[in-house]
Amino acid sequence: MIMRKHGPVLALGALLLAGLVAPFADRSTTPGFYVEVLLGGLMAGVLYSLVALGFALIFKASGVFNFAQGAMVLFAALAVARLGEQMPLWAAIPLGMAIMVALAWLIERLVLRPLVNQEAIALFMATLGVTFFLDGFGQTIWGSDIYKIELGIAKEPVMVLQSVFQGGILVNAEDFIAAVVAAALVAGLALFFQMTPTGRALRAVADDHQAAQSIGIPLNRMWVIVWSVAGIVALVAGVIWGAKLGVQFSLSQVALKALPVVILGGFTSIAGAIVGGLIIGVGEKMAEVFLGPILVKAFDLAGGGIENWFAYMLALLFLLVRPEGLFGEKHIDRV
Amino acid sequence: MTGESSARAGRIGEVILAVEGVSLAFGGVKALSGVSFDVREHEVRAIIGPNGAGKSSMLNVINGVYHPQEGTIHYQGREYHDMDPHEVALSGIARTFQSLALFKGMSVLDNIMSGRNLKMRSNILLQAMRLGPALREEIEHREVVEGIIDFLEIQAYRKTQVGRLPYGLQKRVDLARALAMEPRILLLDEPMAGMNMEEKQDMCRFILDVNDQFGTTIVLIEHDMSVVMDISDRVVVLDYGKKIGDGSPDEVRANQAVVDAYLGVSH
Amino acid sequence: MFYRENGQFKSSYASDQQMLPILQDRLFMAGLLVIAFAAVPFFATDYLFLSLLIPFLILALAAIGLNLVVGYCGQISLGHAAFMAVGAYAAYNLVLRLPQLNFLVVLVLAGLIAAAVGLVFGIPSLRIKGLYLGVATLAAQFFMDWLFARVKWFTNYAHSGSVQTAPVEVFGWIVDTPVEKYLFLLVVLIVFTLIAKNLVRSHIGREWMAIRDMDVAAEVIGIRPVYAKLTAFAVSSFYVGVAGALWGFVHLGSWEPLAFSLTLSLNLLFMIIIGGMGSLLGSYFGAAFILMLPILLNQVPAMLGVPISTAMASHLEFMIFGALIVFFLIVEPHGLARLWAIGKEKLRLWPFPH
Repeated sequence: MIMRKHGPVLALGALLLAGLVAPFADRSTTPGFYVEVLLGGLMAGVLYSLVALGFALIFKASGVFNFAQGAMVLFAALAVARLGEQMPLWAAIPLGMAIMVALAWLIERLVLRPLVNQEAIALFMATLGVTFFLDGFGQTIWGSDIYKIELGIAKEPVMVLQSVFQGGILVNAEDFIAAVVAAALVAGLALFFQMTPTGRALRAVADDHQAAQSIGIPLNRMWVIVWSVAGIVALVAGVIWGAKLGVQFSLSQVALKALPVVILGGFTSIAGAIVGGLIIGVGEKMAEVFLGPILVKAFDLAGGGIENWFAYMLALLFLLVRPEGLFGEKHIDRV
Repeated sequence: MTGESSARAGRIGEVILAVEGVSLAFGGVKALSGVSFDVREHEVRAIIGPNGAGKSSMLNVINGVYHPQEGTIHYQGREYHDMDPHEVALSGIARTFQSLALFKGMSVLDNIMSGRNLKMRSNILLQAMRLGPALREEIEHREVVEGIIDFLEIQAYRKTQVGRLPYGLQKRVDLARALAMEPRILLLDEPMAGMNMEEKQDMCRFILDVNDQFGTTIVLIEHDMSVVMDISDRVVVLDYGKKIGDGSPDEVRANQAVVDAYLGVSH
Repeated sequence: MFYRENGQFKSSYASDQQMLPILQDRLFMAGLLVIAFAAVPFFATDYLFLSLLIPFLILALAAIGLNLVVGYCGQISLGHAAFMAVGAYAAYNLVLRLPQLNFLVVLVLAGLIAAAVGLVFGIPSLRIKGLYLGVATLAAQFFMDWLFARVKWFTNYAHSGSVQTAPVEVFGWIVDTPVEKYLFLLVVLIVFTLIAKNLVRSHIGREWMAIRDMDVAAEVIGIRPVYAKLTAFAVSSFYVGVAGALWGFVHLGSWEPLAFSLTLSLNLLFMIIIGGMGSLLGSYFGAAFILMLPILLNQVPAMLGVPISTAMASHLEFMIFGALIVFFLIVEPHGLARLWAIGKEKLRLWPFPH
């Protein structure tokens, strides 16, 4: 019974574990290098978790599958980068946040409210519209070049743990701080939802819109709040990514990886978004670094680039084996 | 009415469907526990009970939408296990739905035609080219469907998109779609819910006509006792997922447990 | 006054079931065909052919394909450009490796290969619905993007990764001038539109729509969701694969893997949202609209004396697409096709108000 029920999931877990161990089959893999790759994956994963969290929040509270989350990341990053040219970052970031809140309000007013009670699919398509609008609008007002965000943290990698691993581990201070900030934000949000009255109201809304409304929770305001939070989360992700890779159009697509993350984790689960992000971050980095060269050699490929699809294929596998994700709730269709 | 139903009583045959000890639970919630009853060929069999008694779950078990954890169902003498709705439909069981489950984006005609899909054979290539056999098949089935449209008096709405029809007519289209399958057993899930008196009477007449003219066995669910008692041969009463009564309308009416359930005394 | 079906009685089911039951519609269609075949080739300029008509004919075909699975069967796909890519690269390799094959055969084979790939990526639709499926189809998009960019065999080891094709030849007819391309594509589109129309008004079409509108009820009346969904994916991918092959061979002539990116997938989706989901006519409207908007954006401001840069025009285009999608979803979820139907309805009553 247990095998029948959980067999596929266990198999998938075993596969993931095997993936983690496999690099050591190649004797030239040093533990130090391995840990470096692992850490790199975890750091990317924290960012995925962050974007996925915004995504899960919106889905939980309004039932909207927000395709525009990636576009929001780009928009916020562009705003901060360009404002940062005029003013110090400590001013640009709050201003950017204010812009994201205003944006959330506009989206609620102009898109969500008129579409209330529509089918989920219509709302989803509306967020596709929002995606395109934001991509176009962002580049119209902020520009479409590559911009830099200077967080003022040294970019040179630091050698650490030389005593533990031969040759030590190269760690980027910027990455490290970014990961800490992101992790703190994730923890903060989790607390916010568990502890504060607004958080409780949001969870009530997520459980049952109508019931929540009937006990006097203002639905529209709740939506503005979650979209604002999602916007701010997008901004943090955008700033960190932007500082690392430069603020450019491709950010929008990188952030799209939050989609497979939430599928992996389960749409309605905050924990799922976090764990899913880490799995995908580590998984794709490992695949790129260790599996990539093997594939390139075996099939004579013109370069690796597995990163581009690994997350989606993993999500696809999950969908086939466990559609509700790691932490999602299974629901029953009523007739 | 009495004369009519006694004339029908003569046609009632052997047991065609037998439900034995069916239990169904969702997680920890028991929807049905140990329910048994049978349905005879050509009869009108009602399942009644207050809201939440497990009536719709019972229908969902019969037509394979839910699979019960315990119990068996014998249909035409054969036991069936874990049949999916498609197989149940193939075996000659059709149903209508409580909350309308019509294909909203399609015309009345297409909705009813979709009930004929089971019987349509031409392959996708023939359909793509609309060549001889596919076209002939389409027209043959159209004729059957037109017969049903006439029977249910919905000629005027053939080409209307079904979502635009008033509720009472949609219920009729739902019945028409099920009839198009030419079922041996027809399951009706609250066919009269939300109707006014006149619409209810129309629906009663259609149900009895279906039963008389096509000999279709009818299992219907209602929570409104009054209408059901007039048209049913036998009645099963469910309450909180358990059977609390079974018999002719008169027997059920006299059953104290049933009266209590409806008045809410027994809990 | 002129558009009225009064007095046109149908005495057989066959005549009631024909494609255009109203006489005036048939006359209108005939007129349209005469214009498309006899007038347009003489009047249109090369610019009009190359930047509007040729891409329109191909994208309309692709939009029909996407509409079959999204609009008719209700299964969302965000990765249909991947199947266009499969069609294009399949055709490229067929022509390269089996040069004696007739191009029409190549088209059909390319479509079938795309259908097979579409079938594989349609399998998740059996377990998951709606939005989840959307993400699953993104897997197709990104995987195919990667596959054609990295696996050298598909591009015949071309250094740049881009491939070139020779002009299409059908039964000795070399389709290389804009007019010829237009006529060739017009015939292909008409044939495929007729086939699509036949499918959606046959029982397979009813199965798709039943699954779209109410999947549990569909199952209960004996429709197998597996069959309905997978056939929708296969047929849709076939159409899109053929469109992809035509896009590569007839429109682009040479292309890079990026030619079939996510942007194209989303554009196809926009065509059917704006044009009308579940409407073949809407696929035409949507394709025309999406092609015309950028052209208008590039030219109208210049005509008004406020020229805007290409970059600005492209950003504006994004914004307008985005805004229009939201607008249509709110105001007219059935798109331009519904507006057209409403117009016809009004015309039937004209000049009497009721």
